[in-house]
Amino acid sequence: MCLGIPGRIVAISNAERKLATVDVSGVKREVNIACIIGERPIEACIGDWVLVHVGFAMSVIDEAQAAETLRILVELGEAQQEIAAMRASGRA
Amino acid sequence: MTKQEPVSALRPQRKMRDGIHVAKVSLAHGGGGKAMRDLIDDVFVAAFDNPALAPLEDQARFGLADLAKHGDRLAFTSDSFVVEPLEFPGGDIGKLAICGTVNDLAVGGAKPLYLSCSVIIEEGLDVGFLRKIARSMAETASAAGVAIVTGDTKVVTRGACDKLFINTAGIGIIRSALDLGAHRAEAGDAILVNGLLGDHGAAILAARGDLRLDTMIQSDCAPLNGLIDTLIEACPQVKFMRDATRGGLATVLNEIAEASGVGIEIDERRTPLREEVKGFCEILGLDPLYLANEGKIVVVVPGHLAETARAAMSSHPLGRDSAMIGHVTEGPAGRVVMQTHFGGKRIVDMLVGEQLPRIC
Amino acid sequence: MQYVDEFRDPEKAASLIAAINDLTKTLALHRDHPLHIMEVCGGHTHAIFRYGIANMLPPEIEFVHGPGCPVCVLPMGRVDDCVAIAETPGVIFTTFGDAMRVPGSKKSLLQAKADGADIRMVYSPLDALELARANPTREVVFFGLGFETTMPSTAFTVLQASAEGLMNFSLFCNHITIIPTMRAILESPELRLDGFLGPGHVSMVIGTRVYDFIAEQYKKPLVVAGFEPLDVLQSVWLVLKQIAEGRCEIENQYGRIAPPDGNKAALSAVEQVFELREFFEWRGLGSIDHSGVRMREAYARFDAERKFAMPSLKIEDPKACECGDVLKGLIKPWQCKVFGTACTPQTPLGALMVSSEGACAAYYQYGDLEGLRDKRHADAA
Repeated sequence: MCLGIPGRIVAISNAERKLATVDVSGVKREVNIACIIGERPIEACIGDWVLVHVGFAMSVIDEAQAAETLRILVELGEAQQEIAAMRASGRA
Repeated sequence: MTKQEPVSALRPQRKMRDGIHVAKVSLAHGGGGKAMRDLIDDVFVAAFDNPALAPLEDQARFGLADLAKHGDRLAFTSDSFVVEPLEFPGGDIGKLAICGTVNDLAVGGAKPLYLSCSVIIEEGLDVGFLRKIARSMAETASAAGVAIVTGDTKVVTRGACDKLFINTAGIGIIRSALDLGAHRAEAGDAILVNGLLGDHGAAILAARGDLRLDTMIQSDCAPLNGLIDTLIEACPQVKFMRDATRGGLATVLNEIAEASGVGIEIDERRTPLREEVKGFCEILGLDPLYLANEGKIVVVVPGHLAETARAAMSSHPLGRDSAMIGHVTEGPAGRVVMQTHFGGKRIVDMLVGEQLPRIC
Repeated sequence: MQYVDEFRDPEKAASLIAAINDLTKTLALHRDHPLHIMEVCGGHTHAIFRYGIANMLPPEIEFVHGPGCPVCVLPMGRVDDCVAIAETPGVIFTTFGDAMRVPGSKKSLLQAKADGADIRMVYSPLDALELARANPTREVVFFGLGFETTMPSTAFTVLQASAEGLMNFSLFCNHITIIPTMRAILESPELRLDGFLGPGHVSMVIGTRVYDFIAEQYKKPLVVAGFEPLDVLQSVWLVLKQIAEGRCEIENQYGRIAPPDGNKAALSAVEQVFELREFFEWRGLGSIDHSGVRMREAYARFDAERKFAMPSLKIEDPKACECGDVLKGLIKPWQCKVFGTACTPQTPLGALMVSSEGACAAYYQYGDLEGLRDKRHADAA
């Protein structure tokens, strides 16, 4: 129920049926983008990174949130390094 | 081998026939009479055209002394090909039929020499298409340095087979002193592959069309005897080779682990995969380790010769992306483990049934 | 692959593991009384096994594999109904791949296909619709299963069929809902859970606020988790942090894809096409109130349940089958008496062995985690 993969919308294939072409590492598939158009003109969706599930784009990937999630992990890594360094110096 | 001359020059006493003029294969073409001779001559003999085939006896004949020049054991194999669709990016059923049998011989250390080609044709198949397949087989055989020397043709009623089935059997001679076997792996041995994995399986799945995925992935279908010659010359101590066809890399690794009673550990970071094949698998939830390959071998060599083997294969056009992917361990016997790129370990088991795309 | 590789970075994994280990010490956990975190989703179960996450974690943390695998909880009676529809003359029966192997009381869809039924695997319900357009004289039925993640895709497909006036397309609706299921789990008296990894893609559709009752009423922390291995690890870390800090909240680790209010267009389509059933049968869990949806009267002409005759029988699981207890997280797969003996992926007795997300199939194929874990204990000693 959960298999979804990020892909990029590269073209609109059928505006009336709300279908677009999505690219996943060079593999292309027609997907329905009804869930992600919102109030925009359909062409505005081109370039969006979306989560693709069974032929439907279900969500636009929030770049800022993605970056934030990774930043938290980088910080965590730095914090871990500091703690490890402190421990090591504590033993010295 | 003598220079190959056209059939008509070798057998002037055989009446040169008109060839086939109908567009579709019919049951008459399997009946054993004139129509069948026309089919065989026009489509197959014309394409395969070689001195051993030309006499068109019920069997091809070879002098044992000639064969013995190449080694000391005869290798003999057979494979049937029922691939759907018959044509796919990177090849067709004909090319596959030649490569499959050539490779089955070559991985045993044999020099592939002669193939049979038996076809079962569903009535209604387009003659032009059949010619195309025959030509494809001829080209592939020529590239591999083998000759198609005997065969059989049958035509069945509509529905009795799916368009075209091909069986090829082949003989080759195994070089003296080579002793390859799945049971020969020992702890410390290195495991290599000659390039990117999963291309054929992905190409076929995409070509079937029901998943409606648009991709440039091509089958890696190729005769590997040249690559294998290069490898054996540089590394005669090679212990085992197998082509990773149905069931993919994972299946071959499990077969080795079981036959030799050893464990195997591979490193995900070192298993070469095309980005597109990765994407293809991610969309469908497939594991690329189980996808079929038709131009890839799994090679087991003593550990200290890993780099020698890799370098040798890389020097050949069909081995550019060769890599050492792992090694053989003490055990537990029969277990294949993969160190994931992420940092964890997981077991790579035998497939149960066919791999199906998943939704979860 | 963008938005994928970054979330599979082994360096960040190492930091998370270190942080998790620290929290484990802080909480003074002991491996004989581990923390139990339930991952609800079959997709999370798959990720845990595929990346070897369980054996990266300290033994003081254990995953309990939840029932969020729609293929696993498909009752045998419904598979029989599928087979009945598929064997109706003129029908093209379309389905997702992994549903094809689930055993019915007599056969699976894969076996029915071998027996001659026209059953075709599709990646998307849109492909089934295309088949209907291309085969106007055949009745095309799509087997719609899945949680709220997949409901919008079938709903939109039905709406499209309706807009085109197609007369030969129907949906066999087996969609199930996650909240009643989680409630049933939480109400289970034997259950001991310390926290949840929430279903990231279900939340993409229904949002994250729907889980508030779990923190408020049942006092369990829940982190809505993504499906890349870093997502899973980070979510475990966040659950631990909550426990260590005495908090009990609904957190969203998957904010890049799952918005707090879900997806408006998706929810609207679902609302238009489907309505809740009073109750629905789950394999291994029995009947759960309001846990499934059916098609509204307005779309009756696309409803396979109304259009086809089917046995509609409630078939009991084999006596030996302990899928229910495994689904509820009460026992581990290998603790089931028939695991690996009478019940294997080749000869599955229950659905957990059939689906590739099923905990039992995952343990059988990827697993022997206990073996690896014991080795780790031995190594550490």
